[in-house]
Amino acid sequence: MAFLSEKEQKHLVNRHRKSKLFALLCAFVTWSSVFLLGILLVNIAMDGLGWLDWQFITSFPSRIPAQAGIKSALVGTLWLIVMIAFIAIPIGVSAALYLEEFSKRGRLATLIEVNIANLSGVPSIVYGILGLAIFVRFFGLERSLISGALTMSLLILPVIIIASREAIKTVPMSIRYAALSLGATRWQTTWSHVLPSAFPGIMTGVILALSRAIGETAPLILIGAASYVAFLPKGPMDSFTALPIQIYSWASRPQVEFQELAAAGILVLLAVLLLMNATAIYIRNKTEKRLK
Amino acid sequence: MNDPANNSGLSFSIHKGVTRWGETGIKFWLRICTAISLFTTIAIVVLLLVESFGFFREVSPIEFFFGTRWVPLLKPSSYGVLPLLWGTMLITVGAAVIAIPLGLASAIYLSEYANDQVRAWIKPVLELLAGIPTVVYGYFALTFVTPALRSVIPDIQVFNALSAAIVVGIMILPTIATLSDNALRAVPVSLRQAAYAVGATSYEVTTSIVVPAGLSGVMASFLLAISRAIGETMAVTLAAGQTPNLDLTLLESIQTMTAYIVQISLGDTPSGGIAYQTLFAVAAVLFAITLMINVISQWILGRFREVYD
Amino acid sequence: MAQAEYVDATTEKKKTSEAVLELQEVSVLYSGKPAVKKVSCTIWRNRITSIIGPSGCGKSTLLRSLNRMNDFVDGVSIEGNILFVGQNLYGDAVDPVEVRRRIGMVFQKPNPFPKSIYNNISWGPSINGYSGSMDELVERSLQQAALWDEVKDRLQESALNLSGGQQQRLCIARALAMEPQVLLMDEPCSALDPISTAHIEDLLFELQSRYTIVIVTHNMQQAARVSDYTAFMEMGNLVEFGETDQIFTRPEKKRTEEYVTGRFG
Repeated sequence: MAFLSEKEQKHLVNRHRKSKLFALLCAFVTWSSVFLLGILLVNIAMDGLGWLDWQFITSFPSRIPAQAGIKSALVGTLWLIVMIAFIAIPIGVSAALYLEEFSKRGRLATLIEVNIANLSGVPSIVYGILGLAIFVRFFGLERSLISGALTMSLLILPVIIIASREAIKTVPMSIRYAALSLGATRWQTTWSHVLPSAFPGIMTGVILALSRAIGETAPLILIGAASYVAFLPKGPMDSFTALPIQIYSWASRPQVEFQELAAAGILVLLAVLLLMNATAIYIRNKTEKRLK
Repeated sequence: MNDPANNSGLSFSIHKGVTRWGETGIKFWLRICTAISLFTTIAIVVLLLVESFGFFREVSPIEFFFGTRWVPLLKPSSYGVLPLLWGTMLITVGAAVIAIPLGLASAIYLSEYANDQVRAWIKPVLELLAGIPTVVYGYFALTFVTPALRSVIPDIQVFNALSAAIVVGIMILPTIATLSDNALRAVPVSLRQAAYAVGATSYEVTTSIVVPAGLSGVMASFLLAISRAIGETMAVTLAAGQTPNLDLTLLESIQTMTAYIVQISLGDTPSGGIAYQTLFAVAAVLFAITLMINVISQWILGRFREVYD
Repeated sequence: MAQAEYVDATTEKKKTSEAVLELQEVSVLYSGKPAVKKVSCTIWRNRITSIIGPSGCGKSTLLRSLNRMNDFVDGVSIEGNILFVGQNLYGDAVDPVEVRRRIGMVFQKPNPFPKSIYNNISWGPSINGYSGSMDELVERSLQQAALWDEVKDRLQESALNLSGGQQQRLCIARALAMEPQVLLMDEPCSALDPISTAHIEDLLFELQSRYTIVIVTHNMQQAARVSDYTAFMEMGNLVEFGETDQIFTRPEKKRTEEYVTGRFG
């Protein structure tokens, strides 16, 4: 076309070439990371699928790879999920409700906000050290499930608070005004109107936070979850192991068989994570429909 | 509210009395829950300070911060933290070199080029990648990355910094990609239109208008990812080994601060001894570094956020 | 008196002008739904043409199809021909970047880049390979946009510090720096106060000797004040097109009369 001078025209051809190259590069990089996820999963599945059977799920760890299983680790992880949920959800959601619905804007609120943002960036291993010093040693809870659950709860509290606040923020002010104008108190408004509306968002955030907790290894190593546990915990004060610990302990052994057991353990862990995420999506969809 | 003349009946006022009691109690509970986050921070800081003071009564800070040998468990012992810091830095820089360009490129693809259907697929995949437990990345490093590296570089050690840096890079890439994507998408469409309207190509619009306009968010995502890499534990413990090393090498085993903490807590180190206290001194350094980076990243977000009405 | 001179000037200029843009049965469709229906008209060189009509009538859509800014909207398609100095803007061989390089645009809300005042102006020319003196170009463009005196001492300051009216004149200067053949303006005063609006209207008079301007406006007085030609659109149709004088005083169509006299819209 003749809209431009010849010089500009030539220049433009180069610019377009650069632009296309750049777009292709960006697309290539992005699809490569997706591809990488594929490699990662395939690699693990190829190593682990051969070991993944009912015997593996229902056996205790063993020195003999063929007899080893993840029964105690899986049960320990399930205990942890339930306990963390009971500890972290009420506290986290309450804190989010307080910050969004009750607290006055001011220096203290800003301080708390900055503090929560910083806490969410503290390495998990530091929480492990905190748990070791406070729960295991100071409160004398020993290397028990409750020590692990409390430590993990502290770890995911900032995540729950931040996610819940986001969900609460999306509830329109008009709902609050409507309830308050009928003579409801602040808490009645919050409990009967704000919380139900924010529920799907809160649930999604909470479950994602829980799934982060069950994948964490370092804090559990710090508070001393054992890697060889041939019994099931009967209560919160019992010692325990968990899936990531078991995986770590197998992966760090040089024998190929144990490494493959680690892969099988990873498959179970990923399955649990997937199940939790699917639950989050299911709850969100179901509640959204009901509210509509 | 307290004026009885305005009350329509007795039943109402009793009911209100009860609710007001409940309301106070509930508010108290909510306050406690909120305060827990403050207590957590205070507990971390006090704990690390007190235990580190104990450590520094035995070991001079000069030896700790400037010593070049880290031999805490054998005699003669030596407590120079530099090899651990160096190990952490190697991994972090290596991971950042991989993850920053790739993560930013992915973010640009997602926000500027991908259509809605592609985005709807890739974003959850990236989030999935970000949600995979770090122990899994450690396994991936040991059983896939290291063997792959060995076929290219035969004299690389079984435990080596390169493999760990690569997987940590892969691990923090989704963080950079998703957060930077959010930052770039927050740049108003009107700016892109203005740039296209003076005859710019998409490359020019992206690199000199959109990315600079979203730079505060992009930088914050880099810092957040770097802070994650510094605090990352399991992948480096599994892949990089347990050898404090002050050489500039990616092919040998090294030890990071986090890996040292794991090593000590897996062993049977008696509590109360000096070896036990190293745990807190190292953790204090780790905490201080990550805290500093997080504070800088928040400061950048607050200070440089461009205000578009 | 100014009014009389202005009318005289129009009749004087009319004889010497030539077509810059010719629209031949142009339709713009969003996912198959027409937003602009078979519009035909001619944009004359060095004239100001305004497009008026009630909101949602398709006037902005039409304007954006003139420099291919509609390309960025998903599911948009164009039918008919738009000839720019004789060549079809939507021809296969046409590069939209070239089109925008030649046909500039000023948007509804001021949208300066988050850069310095200087770089706001210089960015377009520099990516397009401008080889002359950048300082001169920046000064000339700012002078043409009647902004030079207000900003000459703070060219390196962020453009976001300017007032809304100044920002919009900066956006005009940014477009002028490309020395476009046509300047498209999409309700350039709708986000501005009356004084800034007057500033920009004065500016349009200055610019018409050098540029061909198409301006979309919802403000009929503005159209009457600034433009030589006026197009009245309603529901995607071009109801009437003619000299501004005629459209506002002797409209041929009943709808046009009702609209310009304020009986609807």
